[in-house]
Amino acid sequence: MSTNAVHRTGAAANYDQELMTRYTFAERINHWIGSLTYIYLLMTGLAFWSPYLYWLAAVVGGGPTARFWHPWVGLFFAASYFWMSIQWRRDMEIDADDRAWKHEIKSYINNEDDKLPPVGRFNWGQKIFFWGMVYSTILLLLSGIGLWYTEAIPWKFHILRMAIILVHASVALITIGLFLIHVYMSTILEEGSFGSMVHGYVTRAWAWTFHRKWYYEVTGKPRPPQ
Amino acid sequence: MSQAGTEIVRASAHTGAVPGAGLNREYQVCKLIDTTTCIGCKACEVACLEWNGYTFTQTTFDNSYQTMPETAWNYWNLIKFNEHELDDGRMMLLMRKDQCMHCEEPGCLEACPADSAIVQYANGIIDFQEEHCIGCGYCMTGCPFNIPKFSPGARKVFKCTLCNDRVSVGLEPACIKACPTGCLHFGTKSEMKELAETRAAQLRNVSGFADAGVYDPSGVGGTHVIYVLHDAKNPELYGGLPKNPHIPYSVWLWKKPLKWLGNLAIVGGLVGMALHYMRVGPKKEEPIPPDERRV
Repeated sequence: MSTNAVHRTGAAANYDQELMTRYTFAERINHWIGSLTYIYLLMTGLAFWSPYLYWLAAVVGGGPTARFWHPWVGLFFAASYFWMSIQWRRDMEIDADDRAWKHEIKSYINNEDDKLPPVGRFNWGQKIFFWGMVYSTILLLLSGIGLWYTEAIPWKFHILRMAIILVHASVALITIGLFLIHVYMSTILEEGSFGSMVHGYVTRAWAWTFHRKWYYEVTGKPRPPQ
Repeated sequence: MSQAGTEIVRASAHTGAVPGAGLNREYQVCKLIDTTTCIGCKACEVACLEWNGYTFTQTTFDNSYQTMPETAWNYWNLIKFNEHELDDGRMMLLMRKDQCMHCEEPGCLEACPADSAIVQYANGIIDFQEEHCIGCGYCMTGCPFNIPKFSPGARKVFKCTLCNDRVSVGLEPACIKACPTGCLHFGTKSEMKELAETRAAQLRNVSGFADAGVYDPSGVGGTHVIYVLHDAKNPELYGGLPKNPHIPYSVWLWKKPLKWLGNLAIVGGLVGMALHYMRVGPKKEEPIPPDERRV
């Protein structure tokens, strides 16, 4: 299924409410592999992070179980991100419009989206989230393998043991920040986003409002002069 | 320890001194290892295995008398053998019994994320409670002495208990019991410290070891296992005994500033998002102007 397909459904009474495919089936499946594994990693990771959150480990089967599965689930998460970076590498390239958008980010925060430069399939914020997660995943994977088999790091390199414990926690915190913003924006802030990641569709009006460059690209309509 | 608090301080109709009055019980225990009188017989290694119920298994031979390169999850007590050449060309065979040092400020306990998996008793013993251990291995990063060891079978970490089970019923640790030369001593911290200092002074004044001294590192708040060394200025010679052990800076950074910064950022972020939603509300799609529609 191509993202360029324009769907006409009987239910949509007018042009604005007709549906466009925003995410392919493969993109959605991978997104949910990434999200569910991340949520498990977040719960178990926070359990190891603070005694006040240790009860989170009990929710998913207890401390030793959490310790056993956290690295394995981490591998699935990393695999999901590897696949995602292949799927979205082109769409996530940051261009001149994105840099202009970045300077107007205040308008975005204040919901004055009409003041923003045109946005492609993804906006600058989404791209930063994506690349932030990609690079964080690489660091988490490398440090995580070291934490998985701490005993395999010889004592003469124990500075490595000390470094990875700090790297893993710091980078995980960065991903938590990115994750919280992502969840907030895609569930309650931008209406229509969450559903598009479930069934794959958005309305034309949604595409025109939030991703205008992408809307013109998909519909093939020439962009009006700025 | 089991009798703690039951000393008599007042007795009815008793003339004269009360037996327990003014008694000052010292709970802090200590093991003293005098490396200068160790003969490397390994009786302590055998006693440790025997008391703790482990059997001897295959090991690695590295052209020395040393049983294995380092302690293992089921081998908590290991004499480290190191050849050392003195300035005048004479050779010394340095033998140091390596085991948990039972730090007053334990890095393992500081790093551990599992509720009650590592405890410190009032007598100074640091004990792993395996039923609470989750096997994460953070203690192996927090320890400056390379002591906690992971058991792949149990998926938990083990180390020397200072024979807590023996000490709590008034017995000395198994290694002490087995030592044939008397290089191992067990008692209160102050007694052992005094004995160690006396021996170190003897080594300096009588035996010609000018740098002899006691190893009770202050970086970890002192330890409940102390050494007498011929050369206290170079503890590294004794199989890598760290000169100034301390809890790793990364563990401190992680457990103190990073934790508070991180928690503050997470909570601040959640509050910020809630306020943002209430202030500016959701983003809604807008109708497309007619001239921008495609038929």
